[in-house]
Parts: sequence; structure tokens; C-alpha cells
Amino acid sequence: MQKNTLTRFLLVVALFLGQFTFASDTEKEAGEHGKDLKTEIKEYISHHLQDAHDFSLFSYTKENGEHKYVGFPLPVILWDNGLKVFSSSKFHHGETLAEIDGNYYKLYHSKIYKTDAEGTIHYDEEHHATNVKPLDFSITKNVVMIIVTGLLMLWLFTSLARSYAKNNGVPTGVGRFFEPIVLYVRDDIARPNIGEKRYKKYMPFLLTIFFFIWFLNMFGLTPLGINVTGNIAITVSLAIMTFLITNFTGTKDYWMHQFNPLGDTMPWYAKIPLYIILIPIEILGLFIKPFSLLIRLYANMQAGHIVLMSLIGLMFIFKSWLGSPLSFGLAFAISLIEVLVALLQAYIFTMLSALYFGFASEEHEHDHEAEVAH
Amino acid sequence: MAKLLEEFSLGLFFWQTLLFGLLLFLMWKFAWKPILKAVNDREDGIKDALAAAEDAKKEMQNVTADSEKLLKEARAEREAMLKEAREIKDKIVADAKEQAQVEGDKLVKQAQATIESEKKAAVADIKAQVANLSVDIAEKVIKEELSDKKRQLKLVDDMLGDIKLN
Repeated sequence: MQKNTLTRFLLVVALFLGQFTFASDTEKEAGEHGKDLKTEIKEYISHHLQDAHDFSLFSYTKENGEHKYVGFPLPVILWDNGLKVFSSSKFHHGETLAEIDGNYYKLYHSKIYKTDAEGTIHYDEEHHATNVKPLDFSITKNVVMIIVTGLLMLWLFTSLARSYAKNNGVPTGVGRFFEPIVLYVRDDIARPNIGEKRYKKYMPFLLTIFFFIWFLNMFGLTPLGINVTGNIAITVSLAIMTFLITNFTGTKDYWMHQFNPLGDTMPWYAKIPLYIILIPIEILGLFIKPFSLLIRLYANMQAGHIVLMSLIGLMFIFKSWLGSPLSFGLAFAISLIEVLVALLQAYIFTMLSALYFGFASEEHEHDHEAEVAH
Repeated sequence: MAKLLEEFSLGLFFWQTLLFGLLLFLMWKFAWKPILKAVNDREDGIKDALAAAEDAKKEMQNVTADSEKLLKEARAEREAMLKEAREIKDKIVADAKEQAQVEGDKLVKQAQATIESEKKAAVADIKAQVANLSVDIAEKVIKEELSDKKRQLKLVDDMLGDIKLN
């Protein structure tokens, strides 16, 4: 018991030390570039929220003003009239241009642009870079985290599966913790929303998406500065999968509901004026459902990270014995809430996906009765 | 919205879709399928065991009921047998008594008849002997008496008187 408490305490300390290193980095950079501290923190936060081409754990500035980055570079894969693969260390964290096969690439606000030899960035009137962006299939920090999470899940759950075989249907080790969650997804998410008869074929997707989102959300709370589920590309991909599964497993009844929502309740000529409005709404609904999924997950995770990092940033703005502990306390409270949100968002995404699958695979009993009656 | 579109990275989208698809497939094949199967099997096992226990309980109840019924039947049969035996005994005793009565009566009658006939025979015999004896005596007396007339007459008179007395 005591050991557990100690471990937990150390974890919390580690979490905050991690956040501190990010923050202290910000402060020093601010002094150097002569920028406003607030702007610097803002930029740092927005930088953190984005994907990165290298996996940096933390960075600091030496006495002589030289930046030291601790982390490791990741492979950059570009498609620009041919495949170009090189290490992100060539960018030196955006400080230098990477010259590959006579082309120059610059890392600017976490995106790769093609530039001339001097690294000029052209802007439009809204200060957006107008340089050519080559297709970027790099193994970024988020891709690395997806792979890590995938491997972790594979390891955890194949070992759970093996422990059943070895131990006569009783889980051992970490499986004891995860088995009730698997059962929860089955009994309280899939079964009530999809129905006893059809829930089985959706189980692998629901379980995978639940643990995938949950684990990545939890990774987002570590001091590694990861924000995978708060990235729009990730949530779009997840929502598209839910969308595709929903519509490809849709039954006749489901499509009837989409294009003939009123059924036999009134004659066809009465339905025409209603359907001019109803059918577009139904079709819009098809897309709004997954869209709400992707925005909800994205916004929740993004907001959580912004709030947490802003509170930590406040410590360096206040720099007082009153303000800093206060924002520390607040950040602590928020990070506890974020642990809950991490689970909650995974639950909501899975739960709503299950609900949509339930709608799609539903078969109305009364329709068959009506057919018999005719 | 424009910010969202700007943030959207096609490369990340590509990798996410590819890797998630791969993960989904691998998890399906190597994790969820065996896990859900094991859990289902376990649940079915529990259900079966409970059903079996319920069956066993019912069977037990049936067996108890059967044995009680058997016991009752056996008791009733024993009672019936005892009753029958008692009846038979009573009948046998009654029969025996009756038969004995009849036999006894018959013996007594026979004995009485025999005694009667024996008595008759004996009386007849005595009468004959008395007659013979009387004749002999009468002969001797007559022989003697007849020697003396007076005496003869007297004798006849006496004798006749005697016979009358008898």
C-alpha cells in the first residue's frame, strides 16, 4: 500500500517536472529572442499541440546561449517528384534547411515547405506561408506514438488471450485489470446499443477504438508532450472508420429510414413536400454524426492540453509566492480531471459509435408485421 | 474551420488509417477473438454448471419423493398383509373349533349308542343265563321235589312266589 502511494507520488512529481522542463525552456527562449513572455508561452503551447518531426523529450539553453535538445530525430518521408527519405536531424529543429537532391526544405511551424537555397518563406496577406508543401508522409512523433500504442495494446491483449489458454479461463497479471474493461465495453456499450443478436461483429472495432483512444489520451497526459488524439487528422480517420462501418453494415430498414422516414403513415403525394426538407436533413445527419464524433474528441483533448499548459505557463508569468503555487494547484486539479476526461472521451467515442452501429443494423419487427398484413 | 483545415495533415491521416487498420486486424485476430471466446466459454460454463446444479437438485427432490412414496406403499402393504393374516388365523381357529365340536358330538353319540347296545346285549345275556339257571335249578328241584308230592307242590308254590318277587 505504502509503496503504491509512493509510486503514485513519484509519478505525479515526474509529470510536473516534465511540464516544468517545457516551461523553463520557453522562458529562456523568451529572454533570448527578446519576445514577450506571454507570446512565447502561447507559441510554445501551439507548438506542443501540433505534430512534430522529431521526438524531443526536453531542451535547454547552455550558458553560452547554445540550444541543447534531448530527444531523437525521426525519418522524414516526402513525395516531391519522387520519394525522398531523410532524417529529421537535418532540419536541426527548424534552424537549418535540409538539402536533398538539390531541393531545399524548411521546417516552419511544424510543417515542411519547399524553399530556395536561402530558405525564404513567402506569405500572403493573412501571413500564411504560400510556399509549396510537398506531400509529407513522415514518421512523425504522432505516428511513433500510434505505433507504440499499437504495440502496447498488442502485447497487453495477446498476453491476456494467452493467459486464458494457460490458466484455464482465468486471467492473470495485468489481464485482471483489463478483463473487466473488455467486459464493460461488451456488456454496457455494445450489447445495449447494438442488440444481443448483432453486437458480436462490431466488438473488435469497438474494443480496439476504445483502448486506442484511451491509451493515447493517457499518453497525452505524460510529460512527453504528446497530443495524438487532439490532432484533427487522427480524429477524422477514426470518425471515417465509424462512418464507413455504419453505412456498410446498414440494413434495408436503415436505408429505408434514410430515404423514406415516414414509411406508410401517409400517401405518397402528401410525403413529397415533406421529403423535400426531410430527406436532405436525413442525409446531412449521416455526415453530422461522425463529424460530431471527430470534433468532440479533437476539441476535448485539445482544450485539455491548452488549459493544462496555460496554467503551467501562468506560474512563470506570476513568478510570485502566491500566484505560482495557486496555478500549480490548479494545474494539478486539472490534470486529475484530465485523467477522467481521457477515459470519458474514449467511452463517449466508443459508445456513440456503438449507437450508430445499432441504428444501422436495426431491423424493425413492425415492418415485417405490416408485410404480413398486406 | 480554416485553422482546422490547415492543421489537417494528410501524411498523419494516411499513417493513422493504415496503422489503425493494421492494429484492428491484428487485435481482431490475436487478441479480441481468443479473449471474447474464452470469456464466452467461461460464461457458458458457469451457466451450464448452474443448470446442472438445478437439475441435480430437481432429481434429488424426485428421488426423495419417490422413496417416500415407496415407503408409504410398503407400509400400506405390510398393514394389509398383517390384517389378512389375522383374518386367516381367526378363521382357522373358528373352523377348528367348529370341527372339533362336530367330531366330539359324533363320538359322544357313537359312544352312547354302543353303550346302549352293549347294555341291551348284556341284559339279554343275563336274562338268558338266568332263564337257563332257573331251568337247571327248576330241573334239579323238580327232580328232588318230585320225589315227594307234597314237597313238589310246595316248591312250585314257593318258586312261583319268588318269580313274582323278581
